[in-house]
Amino acid sequence: MIDSLNEAVTLAEKAGCSLGEFALRQEAAEGLRSRAELEAGLQRALDVMRGAVARGLPGDLRSVSGLVGGDAAKLNRPTGPLSGTLFTDVLAGALAVQEVNAAMGVIVAAPTAGGAGVLPGVLLGLAGRGRLADAVVVRGLATAGLIGGVVALRASLSGAEGGCQAETGAAAAMAAGAGVEVLGGSPTVAAHAVALAMQGTLGLVCDPLGGLVEIPCVFRNATGAAIALAAIEMALAGIEFPIPADEVIDTMGEIGRSMDVRYRETAGGGLAATPTGRRLAKERLVQLKRSGK
Amino acid sequence: MVSILDIIGPVMVGPSSSHTAGACRIGLFARGLLGDTPERALVELHGSFARTGQGHGTDRAVVGGLLGFHPDDERLRESLDLAEAAGLAVTFQNTKLRGDHHPNTARITVTRGDREVTVVGSSVGAGRIVITSIDGFPVEITGTLPALIVVAADQPGAVAAVTTTLAKEGGNIATIKVSRRQKGGHAIHIYELDEPVGAQALEALRALPRVQSVRAIERVAT
Repeated sequence: MIDSLNEAVTLAEKAGCSLGEFALRQEAAEGLRSRAELEAGLQRALDVMRGAVARGLPGDLRSVSGLVGGDAAKLNRPTGPLSGTLFTDVLAGALAVQEVNAAMGVIVAAPTAGGAGVLPGVLLGLAGRGRLADAVVVRGLATAGLIGGVVALRASLSGAEGGCQAETGAAAAMAAGAGVEVLGGSPTVAAHAVALAMQGTLGLVCDPLGGLVEIPCVFRNATGAAIALAAIEMALAGIEFPIPADEVIDTMGEIGRSMDVRYRETAGGGLAATPTGRRLAKERLVQLKRSGK
Repeated sequence: MVSILDIIGPVMVGPSSSHTAGACRIGLFARGLLGDTPERALVELHGSFARTGQGHGTDRAVVGGLLGFHPDDERLRESLDLAEAAGLAVTFQNTKLRGDHHPNTARITVTRGDREVTVVGSSVGAGRIVITSIDGFPVEITGTLPALIVVAADQPGAVAAVTTTLAKEGGNIATIKVSRRQKGGHAIHIYELDEPVGAQALEALRALPRVQSVRAIERVAT
């Protein structure tokens, strides 16, 4: 697999195809999986993502600890200035998937379970508003896969290694590139969207209460999706980020490696170490033990 | 090798690829080694599995695996109730395993009739696992390929006998590892194969003079 977004963009532009199309051709040419297998796998992922959004939107789920759930449904009520727009669709989708995840429902880890809400939030939001065909969204997922692969090889996709910037940050970068793809933007524009999204999540720590994938993870998927949406809008408007995407990804890896262990999924720092964070985690874990769940 | 489908996947029951999907796969491996649904299981959770396992459903995921459910099976959520219905009695214990272990590690002892198997496995991220011990023998198995677990006399020619038989039966070996608890006793051989071997090959392997036991395990991870 390709370890440079710049290289992928150059090759795709030369071939006159989109980044998602390039990703599918490239991996099929490597010979381990056929193009049909790749597309079938991505279509299944898309179906599961759709199912997870639909499952989470009604708001009747609670997480295993009981700490989160029911927030995606609140965005259905038209109160805020952006209600009824693509923006709230995206936020609600991201929250919905992450609430399903926290309630032990079925999701696609893309790139991880902790960051699983961002990509379906953004892509299904765009697909719903734009009535995009599944084949187009599948190419968007291929784009996201290519970007995630570059992040995995150059930096990390693990909160324990690189903080939340490596999970929801990477997911936002993937969703930004994928969003540009499904809206017909060029590979160069997609790469700018990746850089714009990732620069906005650099330094983000992984600080889950009690080590559970609940608080702030659920909310951070929604804000991650919002950052992806902002990056898509800016990139399609022709805004170029001056530092190339590969270098932004390398920066994320460098920051992750120098991040204190308290901020890497250990619940030793950040929001997890606040008085309220500690109290909530303790109360819920004690109750879980008592109830024998 | 990173595939698009590794990044956009796996499809899994939440909330954590390491604490849920990986834990399920360790359970699946223990079940595979026993060859059937256990009647009793002792699940010892170590490190982060012990600390945050309950909130992550690690207990249900391991038991789901013992019942033969894969990480994307929604029955994982109800596995503790389903275990009771299936006649599987599970005991959980938090423990501190001796030696060096990954923070997400479980030791699972399963029994059925007079058969007993103990497995130590770690969930090392993104749902990937490494089995590090079988019945006290140190091993290193990722579960991404079908495997043959052979226990044989620690004598010259034991490995050659197995590989010759496999060659005759058309099984292609991807990796081989051999280890033992002490010299001159028994050794464990782990053969990871491209394809699972058939019943005929297993019979031929079991008939080999130095071989004590042969177990075949399907792949539990992608």
